[in-house]
Amino acid sequence: MSEFIQYTLQGLAAGGFYALSALGLAVIFGVLGVVNFSHGACYMLGAVIAAVLLAELQVGFWVALLVVPILMFGFGVLMERLLVRWLLALDPLYNFLLTFGLTLILVEAVKQRYGVSGLPYEVPAGLGGQVSVGSVNLSAYAIFACVFSVAVCLAVGLLLTRTRIGMIVRASTEAPERTRALGINVGRWVTPVFGFGIALAGLAGVLAAPTRAITAEMGSNFIIILFAVVVIGGLGSILGAVVAGLLVGLVEAYGIAYAPTYAQIVIFVLMALVVLVRPSGLFGREEVA
Amino acid sequence: MSDDRSRTTTGTRTTEQTGHDAPAPEAAGAGSPAVAEPDRGARMLEVSGLSAWYGEARVLTEVGIDVAPGEVVTLVGRNGAGKTTLLRSVMGLHRQTEGTITFDGTDLAKRSADARARAGIGWVPDDRGIYASLTVAENLLLPPVVHPDAWPLERVYEFFPVLRERRDFPGTRLSGGEQQMLAMARVLRMGSRLLLLDEPSEGLAPVIVQRIGEIIREIKGQGVGVLLVEQNVKFAATVADRHYLLAQGRVVEHLGNDDFRAREGELLTYLGM
Ligand SMILES: Nc1ncnc2c1ncn2[C@@H]1O[C@H](COP(=O)(O)OP(=O)(O)OP(=O)(O)O)[C@@H](O)[C@H]1O
Ligand SMILES: [Mg+2]
Repeated sequence: MSEFIQYTLQGLAAGGFYALSALGLAVIFGVLGVVNFSHGACYMLGAVIAAVLLAELQVGFWVALLVVPILMFGFGVLMERLLVRWLLALDPLYNFLLTFGLTLILVEAVKQRYGVSGLPYEVPAGLGGQVSVGSVNLSAYAIFACVFSVAVCLAVGLLLTRTRIGMIVRASTEAPERTRALGINVGRWVTPVFGFGIALAGLAGVLAAPTRAITAEMGSNFIIILFAVVVIGGLGSILGAVVAGLLVGLVEAYGIAYAPTYAQIVIFVLMALVVLVRPSGLFGREEVA
Repeated sequence: MSDDRSRTTTGTRTTEQTGHDAPAPEAAGAGSPAVAEPDRGARMLEVSGLSAWYGEARVLTEVGIDVAPGEVVTLVGRNGAGKTTLLRSVMGLHRQTEGTITFDGTDLAKRSADARARAGIGWVPDDRGIYASLTVAENLLLPPVVHPDAWPLERVYEFFPVLRERRDFPGTRLSGGEQQMLAMARVLRMGSRLLLLDEPSEGLAPVIVQRIGEIIREIKGQGVGVLLVEQNVKFAATVADRHYLLAQGRVVEHLGNDDFRAREGELLTYLGM
């Protein structure tokens, strides 16, 4: 039983990283119609920047948690302004390829600069230990990561449901053309939304830094899982991205714990099942012809 | 899914009229008697020489129509005649066009769809365009208020009590008729001066169609112009001042409401109803 709780917590913590990142992927897809392949690389960059800040500037985890998303927001703004924007008028495939190319560049650049062996990062002071709940010992950092990412998802959820900006983002996500025809300059929100989505990926990277090997390749597997998350949640559904993120984190953790040989495929089996039963994903709307 | 997301106008044909080989006479292709010109005042919307394409396929040819404030004008035509394309062109959503569209005397060629909406053009699409991810109230509050005559929310709720009752429901949980009300209420709350209504009566029960008629008359009384796409000839005759008959992308008839009523039977046959 205590093991089960431990795995559940680990799953939720990992799921929190997926949820945060998938949320970013979903708003970017919704508002721009761009499938951002570089989302995994941005997650990796978030972790790498945190590690570099610590090693070279002695900037610790808590500051990184704030600074890295801001830096990644700036990176996203540049990426949208300099690259993505120019291809928006074309087939969405062009931006998919662009962000794919960008991923290769980012991964290679990090490899060149920091090698392949992984950068060190430690669990922040105070969260290194175990917390005993009854007879169960839980990693304090996993609890923190889990609570923190769920809290961020909730905050983003409130932003989306309780503010005018959120209303505009939801409307633009659902039907960009119609939203423009109702007098809203959707284009004005494109850059900040893109930056915001990238910032969330970066934030997930910082959160993952103390628990994962920080390497140039850490985003490669991550993006594949993210795509599974988005398909399970329903493409374009914001709530779906969050719920599916947590779900995939759990399934992955149980897979690793109870069926290690199949751990790599359980997520995709789940995805296949969901798609068979509900082709538009758990929270996706049925496509109306 | 990603149609026309761009903010650029790539793929747009020239929006000037310069490329025409022959200066088309007004009311091309129609032997229709010009409607006796009552003093309709300044035209709010003027469309002239409008042609539209989807790729190589031309679906509108040299269309000329106009709407004055407080006037209800219908576009009647069979399926595929180009009615929706015409409305979308006016809204700035369909950009592969030639010809001129002016609103309150301003050429719209360079205006984006959102700028046109803020200038006072209100679009009620054929699928009603209600957001599932927004509540009924949010659907109403999403567009900016663009004119001092905009209906305050309170007035909207008084006029459409059902929207008040359901204000916290997701927009698409309403019935078809309620969604139609919501779509119309939304542009009234916005304060649009010209409404583009794309088949508002389609698929709705007679009492609701009647209610839509009442709303249109109310709007008209306020000096708002209405360009109404309708296949329901009987309904069109109860609300409209003038009618344009569109066939294969051309205006083939332009009738005052009396002529329109007199020829109702013929028009019904023509529309295949
Ligand atoms: N996206 C599109 N791509 C290509 N052709 C299109 C497209 N949309 C419409 N058409 C064609 O353009 C013509 C006009 O279509 P439009 O929708 O404007 O007609 P309509 O009069 O509104 O018809 P309906 O009464 O069925 O709504 C039709 O022949 C239609 O097949
Ligand atoms: Mg139509």
